[in-house]
Amino acid sequence: MPSYKPLILSALILSVTASFPMAASCLSAPDTIILNQGGKLFQPFEFNHAKHIQTIKECADCHHHTTGTLPPNPKCAKCHANSSPTSVVSCKGCHSATPFSPETLSEKSNAKERYHMDKMGLKGAMHQSCISCHQKLSAGPTGCQECHERSAAGKALYYTGKVADKSSKKHH
Amino acid sequence: MKRRNFLKACVIGGATITLGKTNKGWAAGSFEGYPDAMGVLVDTTRCIGCRSCEAACNKEQQLAPPAESFEDKSVFQEERRPDSTHYTVVNEFEKKEPQGPVYRKVQCNHCNEPACLTSCFVNAYTKTKEGAVIYNSKVCVGCRNCMIACPFNVPGYSYESVTNPVVKKCILCYDTRLKVGKPPACVEICPQEALTFGHRADLVKLAHERIRMNPESYYDHVYGEKELGGTSWLYLSRTSFDKIGFDTTMGNEPIISNVKEFLGMVPMVLSIWPALFSGIHLLSKGKHDEQGEHHDTTQEDR
Repeated sequence: MPSYKPLILSALILSVTASFPMAASCLSAPDTIILNQGGKLFQPFEFNHAKHIQTIKECADCHHHTTGTLPPNPKCAKCHANSSPTSVVSCKGCHSATPFSPETLSEKSNAKERYHMDKMGLKGAMHQSCISCHQKLSAGPTGCQECHERSAAGKALYYTGKVADKSSKKHH
Repeated sequence: MKRRNFLKACVIGGATITLGKTNKGWAAGSFEGYPDAMGVLVDTTRCIGCRSCEAACNKEQQLAPPAESFEDKSVFQEERRPDSTHYTVVNEFEKKEPQGPVYRKVQCNHCNEPACLTSCFVNAYTKTKEGAVIYNSKVCVGCRNCMIACPFNVPGYSYESVTNPVVKKCILCYDTRLKVGKPPACVEICPQEALTFGHRADLVKLAHERIRMNPESYYDHVYGEKELGGTSWLYLSRTSFDKIGFDTTMGNEPIISNVKEFLGMVPMVLSIWPALFSGIHLLSKGKHDEQGEHHDTTQEDR
């Protein structure tokens, strides 16, 4: 039995590579990712990475120049025409979770040579990436709770529940 | 002769006060904002109208519960303005455009030279070095001059308070956040990063850079960069600003420039004019009496 293991594994890898040739460099990519892990107002949720790889096939559509093929946008290609994939490809590896903290702002103002001065924070980058693509393709969720449900704190903040009940009664 | 001397003194004194005040007025009209002032850039092309900023503001400023939940989109049916229980509101424009509606967040723009501050006679308002326009509700007498003075129709009034109604508006979360370097609550909650917090000077550059890099997505103007002497809140839009509820007719002069000459005259008017006109009245009364007598005689001749 143990001797078959490498065989089965390699067959599996081959079949995956064959079915997604474009995604060959994304082989180590996780199938699912838990997003919004530190979320207070909305609950964490499972992002189906594998499904997105299958439908989009192009890693660089979301991961810019860090993995997959080079960016097709000519503005990016000016500098990234020969960029090699980076060691960190996750969103949070580059996009700060606290884009407006005093520390991030002072780091930004000290980095005089930096080109990407308008780099988005993690939350903004994720939402813009997801929602704009879902709107463009008219597929996938675009509303808040279609991806992540509100937590108890979130329900209190948005005054859903009690206030919402009252207003729905009013409309009837 | 004594009366003439008195009048001379009045005129000279009045002129001195007027000139002194006018000079002060000029100096105030050229203030371009504190160098380290913070601000917020609102990119209306990113806003999806989720109203999270309204919810976050409500909690941070401990405002009264809303009539409808913050996920209720029916509020977009009419254009709203900020009031004493909503320091910020989101309005919907361009409702029938094929590329979708435009949402615009409204709140105090935190002018470099606030008209509310100029209009307040109890000095309740302060423009802090961080850029926020805050106010001391303990000294507010509720005259509502600032509500009339504000070119953006921002300050609200707590009419619901019977005993102590005061003016209420966005303070850029000064007490709880800005003072310690944290972004306002609305910026922190925005899922789309439609709101960018930073030094105002940096945000102006950033805004122009966004337009330069994506000229097809933006109307080539940063609202608030120069309007009325500049504001801490800046706006970007895909369409001309008058189409999404902005007043584009206000020009770049701060409100104080329009009123400084008048305001400079007020002390002179209050201190000198009563005496001056009493003098003139007394003089003219004397003359009138003489003329009156003469008039009467001419009538008698007829």
